[in-house]
Amino acid sequence: MADLKTAPNIAAPDDFYADLLAAHEGLTKAESDAFNARLILILSNHVGDREILRAALAAAAAPKK
Amino acid sequence: MDQTVETGGRKIFETPLYPYGRTPDQEPGANAHHPVVIVGAGPIGLAAAIDLAQMDVPVVVLDDNDKVSWGSRAICFAKRPLEILDRLGCGDPMVDKGVVWNVGKVFFDERQVYDFNLLPEKGHKRPAFINLQQYYFEQYLVERAFELQRQGKPIELRGGNKVVSVTEKGDGVALSVDTPDGPYTMSADWLIACDGAGSPIRAMMGLDFVGRVFEDNFLIADVVMDADFPTERWFWFDPPFNRGQSALLHKQPDGVWRIDLQLGWNIDKDEEKKPENVIPRLKAMLGDDVKFELEWVSIYTFQCRRMEKFRHGHVLFAGDAAHQVSPFGARGANSGLQDTDNLCWKLKLVMDGLAPDSLLETYDVERIHGADENILNSSRSTDFITPKSEISRIFRDAALDLSERFDFARPLVNSGRLSVPCVYDGSPLNGPDGLAGGPARTRPGAPCPDAPLGDAYLLDRLGDEFQLLAIDADVPDSVEDCGIAASALRISSADDPTGDLAARYLGDATSAVYLLRPDQHVAARWTDYDEAAVKAALRTATGRA
Ligand SMILES: Cc1cc2nc3c(=O)[nH]c(=O)nc-3n(C[C@H](O)[C@H](O)[C@H](O)COP(=O)(O)OP(=O)(O)OC[C@H]3O[C@@H](n4cnc5c(N)ncnc54)[C@H](O)[C@@H]3O)c2cc1C
Repeated sequence: MADLKTAPNIAAPDDFYADLLAAHEGLTKAESDAFNARLILILSNHVGDREILRAALAAAAAPKK
Repeated sequence: MDQTVETGGRKIFETPLYPYGRTPDQEPGANAHHPVVIVGAGPIGLAAAIDLAQMDVPVVVLDDNDKVSWGSRAICFAKRPLEILDRLGCGDPMVDKGVVWNVGKVFFDERQVYDFNLLPEKGHKRPAFINLQQYYFEQYLVERAFELQRQGKPIELRGGNKVVSVTEKGDGVALSVDTPDGPYTMSADWLIACDGAGSPIRAMMGLDFVGRVFEDNFLIADVVMDADFPTERWFWFDPPFNRGQSALLHKQPDGVWRIDLQLGWNIDKDEEKKPENVIPRLKAMLGDDVKFELEWVSIYTFQCRRMEKFRHGHVLFAGDAAHQVSPFGARGANSGLQDTDNLCWKLKLVMDGLAPDSLLETYDVERIHGADENILNSSRSTDFITPKSEISRIFRDAALDLSERFDFARPLVNSGRLSVPCVYDGSPLNGPDGLAGGPARTRPGAPCPDAPLGDAYLLDRLGDEFQLLAIDADVPDSVEDCGIAASALRISSADDPTGDLAARYLGDATSAVYLLRPDQHVAARWTDYDEAAVKAALRTATGRA
């Protein structure tokens, strides 16, 4: 299992969260969807490591009911 | 087809090249029997026939038609098939006529997002790709078949011979054939079915052909124009002239351009094919002032599928009959040529009684591996080009948007991954990899990469038989095991001052001995010659281990 960080790792989490929402401010649903997709691709490339990306995809999946 | 334009005389694809002629097989009571019958004189059937005839295996090729492919279809041929064609003695006319290209441009919406250069690796005789109309491709194969015939090789092309029934008998095949003079029957030890994606033989034998249909239609048009578009591959996603869909422009010889326009699923094919509907679409794409003539128009739905097995007793399927891919990535004819490259030497050994029948099972193993790789790649390209859900379109557009500003996104853009040959990793024919520090690209199972040898090339000296390639190593002139011989080819890394040979075949090693198959794939390799090890690998590579 790759080393996907699941412990808190973002300094000033409230500020980051506000930045994330601010980036979507004024966007339509379609524009927000496109923004999110670009963001995911940018962050994924930054991570690069396929093991970690696989672990992140698994972590993002909704838990089975 | 009424769209076809006369550009001075008859087009090659309107000219019968091997017209029907009555043969003695058709006389009553002839009971004709042939060692190998090939059904289909498309690119794959012709390649198989040439390969076998070069090895003096008598072949009869039956085709219900007598001309080359109607219109162009395949246009893009990769390096590996060109190398195979060199082995078959007809690489030169293809490459001389073909258009070499390296630059591609990708457009999204109204703008160009990036361009790329294939930057082909140096030190290969053949370019990464050529563009050539399928009808020329087939014409040169037919000419090569006739050349072999003149040299006395046992190859016969029978046009106007339509195969209407095939029965696998356990020790051979019985078939009946319809001709303008009526039907006749014959039998064969082996039948190679190269009868295309719609393979009637597959249907006659009740065999499966499963996979995915892509719910989309593509208008494929070849136009003749004097335009100064550069020799590049241009691909559009969602352009203004074909909203929500894709488009492709690619150059072929003789001022012929290939245009692909995605049309979507719910269309009236017959309407869309009419010149009065096609021409405005092309004008919107090319601009009003560009003069062009339509050479050929067709509408395709693409599929990715394969047979579960390519070998059914004495019937062997190859090319589109065995597997079909969408054309993004130019894999159809390219992979079909790798089928016959793989099959013919095995069939010859089995026919000569030098290898067991089970050697043919490895044709299935190795080429199904290849087909799966091609299907995976073409399915992925098709999924990128024609997104099947809202979210896949969102990601697709995100990748395209980002590709304009960031290099990282360009490898995600998939307008077709161009065909590369597969490595037969895990094949039962592979022997040991005993070359410590040897390059991964020449591991057992891999196709030999070309390399310069002085002012010649390595691949021109390989193939058609087993060989022992010795690089700065001592080997005997020939090594033999139960009638199968491998002859020596001794070279030195000093023969290639560019260092490509050493980089591709030695890596960190200072010497190497390679056992190579007749299809130019690596069977096994070592640092030095060891007779027992080479003989064992020769047995493994011929299914006798
Ligand atoms: C639009 C388009 C673009 C393509 N682009 C590319 C590309 O760029 N690169 C690439 O590698 N591939 C490409 N392909 C795929 C390529 O055209 C095929 O893979 C190739 O033609 C397959 O060759 P084949 O010999 O297996 O079959 P075919 O070419 O289909 O030949 C089959 C032959 O069998 C004969 N036959 C059929 N039934 C019988 C019968 N009962 N009796 C006797 N004869 C019979 C037919 O007359 C025909 O001559 C493209 C295909 C299309 C449609």
